[in-house]
Amino acid sequence: MAQQMVSIFLAAILTENYILNQFLGICPFLGVSKKLNTAFGMSCAVTFVMVLATAVTWPIYTYVLYPNNLAYLQTIVFILIIAALVQFVETVLKKYMPPLYNALGIYLPLITTNCAVLGVTMLVLEKGESDPTFGYLQSLVNTFGAGIGFMVAMVIFAGVRERLELCDIPKSLRGLPITLVSASLVAVSFLGFQGIVDNLVK
Amino acid sequence: MAKSLMHEFTKGIVKENPVLCLVLGTCPTLAVSTSASNAIGMGVAATLVLVCSNAVISLLRKVIPDKVRIPAFITIIAGFVSIVQMLVKAYAPDIDKSLGIYLPLIVVNCIILGRAEMFASKNSVLPSILDGLGMGVGFTAALLLMGCIRELLGAGTLFGMPITSGFMPPIIIFILPPGGFFVFGMLIALASKLSGQQKKPEEIGCAACPLAASCSKLVGSCEKEAKE
Repeated sequence: MAQQMVSIFLAAILTENYILNQFLGICPFLGVSKKLNTAFGMSCAVTFVMVLATAVTWPIYTYVLYPNNLAYLQTIVFILIIAALVQFVETVLKKYMPPLYNALGIYLPLITTNCAVLGVTMLVLEKGESDPTFGYLQSLVNTFGAGIGFMVAMVIFAGVRERLELCDIPKSLRGLPITLVSASLVAVSFLGFQGIVDNLVK
Repeated sequence: MAKSLMHEFTKGIVKENPVLCLVLGTCPTLAVSTSASNAIGMGVAATLVLVCSNAVISLLRKVIPDKVRIPAFITIIAGFVSIVQMLVKAYAPDIDKSLGIYLPLIVVNCIILGRAEMFASKNSVLPSILDGLGMGVGFTAALLLMGCIRELLGAGTLFGMPITSGFMPPIIIFILPPGGFFVFGMLIALASKLSGQQKKPEEIGCAACPLAASCSKLVGSCEKEAKE
């Protein structure tokens, strides 16, 4: 059990990294990774919303939609839940936890249409379909791992970008193109993790 | 009149290409461009959603209150995405399998929400439909270009037919994630070089993004912090 959790968690960070292997959440990855502290704040907010969203959508799908043959409503129900959830979290934080709101508040409106959040809630359900041992707890661990993986990729990339600022780059490559090429190099380094999790946890 | 309608259609294909010039919808562009047929499937599905949602949002533009417009747009878009999802599942199960999670994720594709916010909510039905069609064709064309490059270099095939098997081994990294980032970066560089713009795409398509207001607030507050 514990072993399964560790392997799910590590796999979500290293081999199934949402940004670098599955291309989910590229917009914040390119848009907010210019400074280390914004990259970190954004990833905290994404992780928080991801775990909360899975905690809510998993039981709704498993106990309400699926038994009533409403699985085809998944997309529309999930996006509305996430949108409502983000709004709710923002209001609650503003009222009861102002320090946390000041730290995460500005990132929250950006998260509603983040494909990593909608993606994770659907991907864990897909995994549960093919593997019956993959239940609620496993889904939450996977989601948390995905959030941490998002953070790792954002923070590493923010470091790379801060160095890029000092470089002399050919004119047409300046700005976005060179950012994408360096993202490609970071993704190459994550390819090196293929297979590492299975061997580590065995 | 006819000329301006034509303009609405053609601007999305070259001048304001949503992928290469406005840099919207990066996630599906990178993820499904591993082969040319995937690219076409994704492009057609997104175009369908874009045209339908643009038409409906344009019809409802006077009914939807300004404050709740984004949730209203998202609901409309999600409805059409569910329809397209079911159609693809029923008539093209292979495409459904290879697009996987990215098919429902059309709902958060910022091209669609972006066009709803920037164009359909301000214009009448016919121009909105043409705008959606043009943007959809531009999206499909860019995806197809990337899909062809990556499939040709990474697998040595084109639409599944072997092309380079005789003289060049496939460079597998091009169909892996890093190849996606690399080809996309190079295409954007090429597009900005060819168009000879003074203005470089320094940032991702912030001006065209529906969340630009909150995002620029974010970047602005960070810069202020850094100065202090």
